[in-house]
Amino acid sequence: MGNILVYLDQNEGVLPKSAKIAITAAGELKGAWSKDKLIGVCLGKGASAAADEALTFGLDEVHFSEDAAYEKYRAVAYACACQSVYASASCDAAVATANTTGKDFFPRLAAKVDAVQASDIIGINSDGSLVRPMYAGDVIAEIELSGDHKFVTLRATAFDAAQPSSASGAKKELGSVDIPAIAGEVVGYELSGGDRPELTDAEVVVSGGRAMQSEENFEKVLFPLADALGAAVGASRAAVDSGYAPNDWQVGQTGKVVAPNLYIAVGISGAIQHLAGMKDSKVIVAINKDPDAPIYEIADYGLVADLYEVVPELTEAIKAAKSAG
Amino acid sequence: MKILVPVKRVPDYEAKIKINSDGSGIVTDGIKWIANPFDEIAVEEALKIREKGDASEVVVVGIGPADAATQLRYGMAMGADSGVLVTYDGEVDSDLAARAIAAVYEKGEYGMIIMGKQSIDSDANQTGQLVAEHLGLPQACFASKVELGEGSVKVTREVDGGLETVEVSTPCVITTDLRLNEPRYASLPGIMKAKKKPMDEIPLGDLGIEPNVRISIRKMSPPPERAAGRKVADVAELVSALQNEAKVL
Repeated sequence: MGNILVYLDQNEGVLPKSAKIAITAAGELKGAWSKDKLIGVCLGKGASAAADEALTFGLDEVHFSEDAAYEKYRAVAYACACQSVYASASCDAAVATANTTGKDFFPRLAAKVDAVQASDIIGINSDGSLVRPMYAGDVIAEIELSGDHKFVTLRATAFDAAQPSSASGAKKELGSVDIPAIAGEVVGYELSGGDRPELTDAEVVVSGGRAMQSEENFEKVLFPLADALGAAVGASRAAVDSGYAPNDWQVGQTGKVVAPNLYIAVGISGAIQHLAGMKDSKVIVAINKDPDAPIYEIADYGLVADLYEVVPELTEAIKAAKSAG
Repeated sequence: MKILVPVKRVPDYEAKIKINSDGSGIVTDGIKWIANPFDEIAVEEALKIREKGDASEVVVVGIGPADAATQLRYGMAMGADSGVLVTYDGEVDSDLAARAIAAVYEKGEYGMIIMGKQSIDSDANQTGQLVAEHLGLPQACFASKVELGEGSVKVTREVDGGLETVEVSTPCVITTDLRLNEPRYASLPGIMKAKKKPMDEIPLGDLGIEPNVRISIRKMSPPPERAAGRKVADVAELVSALQNEAKVL
């Protein structure tokens, strides 16, 4: 009976929601797959403090390294570090959240240890089978993995963050690991979105579609609504393709999958591609001039209107409601 | 430098996917098959590099039944020089596809692999990374910009929260994101020419690969239906509903 490696994202010593989701799913897999221990891994600047925090979630061991090799995320370096922990801690399974980090390096790690990987799963059954969407969410598949080593990446919206329990596990510093030159270098980083919450973490998302017509309209019409709600801003593929919004705001099968408490789709018709990225939101509001837009088939509340008239009105009404409440 | 571009056959993204009666798979009768859209972007990027004079040849590769040749021909109609079809009639998972692609790469003195970040049927987002590890090559995934240098390449990657630029040595594996380019359409003369371009067919067994598919689908079902809600008359009714019914404000 082997152990489960749990890859934990960390930002400057703090575990983000994506790490806590991985802990939740690892706990479920431990039961479903009859595994022994949960072995966390934290890498980069602040990893030691993050490891302390991770132990409060009841992990059996947390390995960390603040080696300069991990300061900036690089697929090969992270895969090598995790491989070292995987082997030394007798793991035969591994879990990570399917954000752009997990998606990027987990398959590489899987290939290193000859594991099979199920990507982007949304459920873990008690008999050990897994649930994942396919065909842009048109199909929900129940799958089984076979072989000696099994990997899973998680769709973040499908699992809750773990809650702290008791800390009785061991903190271990990872020794030096050979990182081959093919790891390359990170030479630039450009943040988008400013101070607003990250799309996949936000409680409220306001998204704009092709009907926004321009980048300026995103700023003038949509941003005030988002800021009144403390929301992240998203966009349909059509809006991104038209250059109204940056790439990483795209919600959909090929962009980000979100499931906030409240999703407001403004001027979005509701292509399958887009719906695949947001239909698990708790409450969906659609604002569109076209009463027959497919978005209305899944929206809880639809307002058939000209967005340029009603979005500013909605912004003011929400500000008023918030200051009254 | 030769560039290898894997192209996968997938159902048209506009097709309505139906699940068969016993839930073992999708109904494929009458489905229109296309080249995976991310792979078209990969073909386009490879062609651009060749057109700039930085590559000599673009070769498309696929694994699957004889029919999968159609999508390779499409890549050649876009402008790829030749194709390699690894013929295999059984189930193909990401791992088997990756091993087949890696084996073809090793036979051909390639300098780069460019491929889609995911296929729009299984949505697994694994094969490029697996190929990179199998071949011991650097990877640069989810590319929105590719700038070739001397013995290296700078790739801008679409990551959560923004864009990251990495520099890796070549040869390497690059996987494409949506905004890397606008793939060209195959022209009629392109389609005619593609028919005469060379296509190698290699049975999977000849590559020394034993299929070992370790992921099996037990049952497919449609996603839970989300019931349509209601239309509200104006902003006041919407805000009231969000406050009092949905309780999300």
